[in-house]
Amino acid sequence: MTVALNGEEIAKKIAEAFPDSVASADKAAVIVTSQSLYQVAEFLKNTPGLDFDYLNDLTAVDYLDYLEVVYHLTSLKHNHSLVLRTRCYDREEPVLPSVVRVWRAADYQEREVYDLMGITFEGHPNLKRLLLWEGFVGHPLRRGYL
Amino acid sequence: MAIRTEPFILNMGPQHPSTHGVFRMRVTLDGEVVVDVEPVVGYLHRGIEKLAETRTYTQNIPFTDRLDYLASMTNNLAYVLAVEKLAGIEVPERAEYLRIVIAEMMRISSHLMAVGFFLNDLGAMMTPVLYMWREREKLLDLFEMVCGQRLTYNYMRIGGVSHDIPEEFLPALKRFVAEMPGFLDEYDQLLAQNEIVLARSKGVGVLPEDTAINIAASGPVLRASGVKWDVRRADPYSIYDRFDFDIPVGSAGDCYDRYWVRVQEMRQSVRILEQAIPQLPAGEVCAEVPQLLRPPVGEVYGRIEAPKGELGFYLVSDNSIAPYRFRIRPPTLINLTALRDMVIGWKVADLIITFGSIDVCLGEIDR
Repeated sequence: MTVALNGEEIAKKIAEAFPDSVASADKAAVIVTSQSLYQVAEFLKNTPGLDFDYLNDLTAVDYLDYLEVVYHLTSLKHNHSLVLRTRCYDREEPVLPSVVRVWRAADYQEREVYDLMGITFEGHPNLKRLLLWEGFVGHPLRRGYL
Repeated sequence: MAIRTEPFILNMGPQHPSTHGVFRMRVTLDGEVVVDVEPVVGYLHRGIEKLAETRTYTQNIPFTDRLDYLASMTNNLAYVLAVEKLAGIEVPERAEYLRIVIAEMMRISSHLMAVGFFLNDLGAMMTPVLYMWREREKLLDLFEMVCGQRLTYNYMRIGGVSHDIPEEFLPALKRFVAEMPGFLDEYDQLLAQNEIVLARSKGVGVLPEDTAINIAASGPVLRASGVKWDVRRADPYSIYDRFDFDIPVGSAGDCYDRYWVRVQEMRQSVRILEQAIPQLPAGEVCAEVPQLLRPPVGEVYGRIEAPKGELGFYLVSDNSIAPYRFRIRPPTLINLTALRDMVIGWKVADLIITFGSIDVCLGEIDR
């Protein structure tokens, strides 16, 4: 059985390594600030005992006040999982660091989020629309679109 | 004088028989050698994730049929399991068994198509596919008995399944389960040691283990690279913890291993069916669930081992009748990330079989 790690405990570990990086945490998930996302991603992947080597799923949700990007992580080695989130409060030009250099699984999924939710991922090697065509106007998965 | 060559760009697809749907590859070639490849997807995009936000939880089940349409009921299963987890619904025992039986039949059916068309891509035009179709046809007949459909079944319901099985189903399924190992032996005789199959697929399109994990490959693609990871075993859902089965693992991560892993998985699915059929309990097949289901505020990531890999549904509920967010984790799109690594330096013909060995379904990639 995959063990879902307690977000509060992981948040403590992250905060020890990178002060001010954790925005909030509960049992289910850790929410980190967007500036520290990349460092936290590297930390989660490379810290012995955590070893989150597998990014199951990367997606975004539009909560009207902010856009939230959700990372579902698993460690194949220890068979445990964690939910990591980060928020963009700027809806006009949301920008987040890309985690492609940590997990290449993010490649298409970040392109999809860029395409459908309109979040720019800085440092992505090939950030362009994935499902819709070039020249399409708007981001259909935003709540305000139609 | 040295011969000067220059790379040129070839568009393969979207209308191309080897792309298994409307898939396009922008291939940069130097003579016949692949220098670069860029998959272009989205030709079948129907905006299912957006549409689902305006429909009730039950109304969304038929959409899931249209994802990986070669394994429709597995998609149904992944979705209803996620909703049940979100709303805390208990499923009757008989329904759990029926779901497993159907899911494993679906896995055999999907793998038959994958293996058959892989050989088609190798150049064994249509003959192996027709052998595979012979068996798949029997499975489709069984599915038709269960729910009257042959492609998009819409069989699973939140809380169970839509119908109980008719009385002619179990005898026919038992016959199929008894016959299937013989057919698999037949394929092995014809194909597994076939010199042309070995020459064309051994060592071709290798995906190393660390890359496979880093790109979050799943299903047979991950296991062929030597990673023993199967969601049915690693994070058992439904009643998979009651069955005894092995996880076939490849070693080289090449096209042959992906083919081999699929054939072995079919044998394991037959084993699961053999165990499940005698245990099938009597009783209800669907729990009492309100038509307009309102799950409590919250979110869930439900995942299952679909034939093509880890199929996940990420649902966010705001306690209304429609999901606030409906996200599908498409296994084959993510497996496709590895295509470029696998084919660079190989010939165009190897690109075709490597792509075939990933076993994509465009309904799921484009959603």
